[in-house]
Amino acid sequence: MTQEKVRFGAPLKIPGWVNYALIPLVNLVAAFVLSGIVILIVGDDPLEALKVLLYGAFGYPEAIGYTLYYTTNFIFTGLAVAIAFHCGLFNIGAEGQAALGGIGVGLICLYLDGLPFWMIIPLAIIAAAVFGAAWAYIPAYLQAKRGSHIVITTIMFNFIAASLLTYLLVEVVIDPNGQSPESRRFIETTWLPYFHDFLAMPETPLNLSFIYALALSAGFYFLVWQTRWGYEIRVVGQNETAARYAGISPAKNIILAMMISGALAGFVGINEIQGVQHRLILDFTGGYGFVGIAVALMGRNHPIGIFLAALLFGALYQGGSELAFEMKSINKEMVIVIQGLIILFSGALEHMFRPKIEAAYRRIAPRRPVEAS
Amino acid sequence: MSEQAPALELRRVNKSFGPVHANRDISLSVDRGSIHGIVGENGAGKSTLMSIVYGFYEADSGEIFVKGDRCDIENPQSSIKAGIGMVHQHFMLVDTFTVLENIILGVEGGFRLADGMTAARKELIRLEKEYALEVNVDAIVGDLPVGLRQRVEILKALYRGAEILILDEPTGVLTPQEADHLFRILDTLREQGKTVILITHKLREIMAITDNVSVMRRGEMVAHLKTSETSQAALAELMVGRSVLLQVEKEPAAPKDTLVSIHGLNYLDADDVPRLKDINLDIRAGEILGIAGVSGNGQSELLEVLGGILTPTSGSIRFKDQELVGSKAFTARNLRKIGLGHVPEDRHRAGLVLSFSANECAILGYHDKPEFNKGLRLDRRAIVETCEAYIKKYDVRPPDPYLTASGFSGGNQQKLVLAREMEQNPDVLLVGQPTRGVDIGAIEFIHNQLIKMRDAGKAILVVSVEIEEVMSIADRIAVMFDGEIVGEIAASEATETRLGLMMAGVRENARNKKAAG
Repeated sequence: MTQEKVRFGAPLKIPGWVNYALIPLVNLVAAFVLSGIVILIVGDDPLEALKVLLYGAFGYPEAIGYTLYYTTNFIFTGLAVAIAFHCGLFNIGAEGQAALGGIGVGLICLYLDGLPFWMIIPLAIIAAAVFGAAWAYIPAYLQAKRGSHIVITTIMFNFIAASLLTYLLVEVVIDPNGQSPESRRFIETTWLPYFHDFLAMPETPLNLSFIYALALSAGFYFLVWQTRWGYEIRVVGQNETAARYAGISPAKNIILAMMISGALAGFVGINEIQGVQHRLILDFTGGYGFVGIAVALMGRNHPIGIFLAALLFGALYQGGSELAFEMKSINKEMVIVIQGLIILFSGALEHMFRPKIEAAYRRIAPRRPVEAS
Repeated sequence: MSEQAPALELRRVNKSFGPVHANRDISLSVDRGSIHGIVGENGAGKSTLMSIVYGFYEADSGEIFVKGDRCDIENPQSSIKAGIGMVHQHFMLVDTFTVLENIILGVEGGFRLADGMTAARKELIRLEKEYALEVNVDAIVGDLPVGLRQRVEILKALYRGAEILILDEPTGVLTPQEADHLFRILDTLREQGKTVILITHKLREIMAITDNVSVMRRGEMVAHLKTSETSQAALAELMVGRSVLLQVEKEPAAPKDTLVSIHGLNYLDADDVPRLKDINLDIRAGEILGIAGVSGNGQSELLEVLGGILTPTSGSIRFKDQELVGSKAFTARNLRKIGLGHVPEDRHRAGLVLSFSANECAILGYHDKPEFNKGLRLDRRAIVETCEAYIKKYDVRPPDPYLTASGFSGGNQQKLVLAREMEQNPDVLLVGQPTRGVDIGAIEFIHNQLIKMRDAGKAILVVSVEIEEVMSIADRIAVMFDGEIVGEIAASEATETRLGLMMAGVRENARNKKAAG
């Protein structure tokens, strides 16, 4: 090309590394600085806290195992929220969908435990996905066909899911020999293998579902960017009018994307119920569904970004509990404050630094003389 | 300050956006009490220049003088203070407010609204009288026709004490009759000593109303002329930098079979408002049928019904002897499969996904065709190659299949959409606003492509609000008003007045009756 032309008045393109690395990093640093100030106020040394946090998350093999176990859940919910985002939907219901996924897994492990291990594994996967997807189907249908706002319906479905889980645990699958609202322990042939069963590492909850998470990340990338179905979901998400014009049904894709989303969230049930708890219990979803929103936002709805963001939150969960244990003035609530600040800066205030950073980039970037066309 | 000083003078104004030099050393002098036209292609820098004058942008360098005094215009407030008013292409009015409320918006004056309203009402009535701008000050703006809304905008500027009035593409939304009325208003303003700057790309208007004209091309001023000493052809050549054909050269049409036959077509929208009323039309192979009309009279709905996006309430559409209404084939996706191409009216809203790359946009609607897929996957290579071929054949610039759609100029976006729809070789092509927001060079190209398709025996329906465009490319013209076809005539018999009257709802056989509305 002898003469390069840029659209008249078009802003200079911001390269990927600014968008995907620099801006999230600045947000993260801002969150840490503010957290540091809070720690200073309660009378502790922020640098010491950071050191404890990092050591607690990555410092020894056991810590890494725990961090990756939390990361697994965040990958599932992050991917779940992200696929809905690609279709222009805000799925706040990953929490409820995860609960339903757990119920599905639990039912398989409780009532089909006569089956051999190699059949339980795929059945549990199918149950988690189908239960999660079915739970997401109802709000999706209401959004697609009736126009009920998905944010409202998915929030409400979280409550219904929690109540359903409680009901089942109190009335139906409760262990008749136990006192608390939980099922009996699954028999060992239904358990998901731990990493420490195969690798020379200390006992941690890290299990096979981490591999599921990686495989699903790859599948996510393939579906969204490499297939015509992903293409349709993205068209609907970016421009519904264009979708209708092109003969792509928004309703169909909204339902499809939400069901995939629900299925992905349901995998939390595999990690928690089949992988770690080995019984159906209350509140095993532990807020992973909500944090998934921050993970997806921070990860820019891309599997690699989601992996990194999930790792960050995994480290915060694991390092945070270490922090609460090690330092006298920092308790569990304080750790939640730090997590909250990170969610705030990388999610809600995502655009706070963006204009400034972009403007700075434009000033620094070399100017090429370009003809207006 | 001397009496002879021009109303507005710009000296060596420069403005860059990143690497793009949008305005380069612009000097301009606008005489007091004159109408000054500024013409140029899209992206020539007209709007940027006026945004600098009105204070939306700050110039990188250069000086602005108003009546001989140097002005630092930093924001619209300082520009209003200097006596500059602007009427935007898209009106900045609150639809649910009355005319009066809209006009005092931001200059209500005083603590009690009622005081300001009374004073404003008096002043407005005086202004309306002085400039012959009749508008009912208590009418709700949303109920007013477009022409009157524009008058409200002009009144708003005058109420704020504007001595210099800038109008940005003011006739884009008007019927020829409404445009003529606007010109009479501008005449009155000129007589009263106001200065008017008219930004447009319609040369007919420049010739009709302006005293002086300045031509911009690629961010530079290329000529300042007295309107009486120039011609449309000369201006067009200056704008483009080469001579262009204003009239499309084409052979007479040789219409063959009727490919689409529409009978008694009705469409009610979601609020049960009839948008299409008893439409009867035939689209024939080897012919371009033009639909003229002021926008919002059912043309968009007609296109969307024919394109399978909206479902008609009643009527019949036969497509190549197959009844569509009520059949499975009547969806946007299936229509594409049986040979219908559709260039939508609004490429931003419908024709493209602006955040997608050009190559992803090049398969929109055709993404499930076997040639773009390899098993489960999209065949990225085939898609990019197809897009490259489109880019080459339709001269899309910059020739980059990976650039996001929003990175192309309007004309190049339109070429991309046209390429996608035409290269699938449909038997019937629907085209909405083929050249809206497209510069002259690309207009010529697009028109020639449409004629070429016609000559290849395709049936083409063109909807356009540009009356000149319909007249120059269509072989038959149907005019729509209020959801109805008010008349259908051969293009050779069409004149601007005849079409203009029909566009205002006057049926040819009922000329003596008053126009509806």
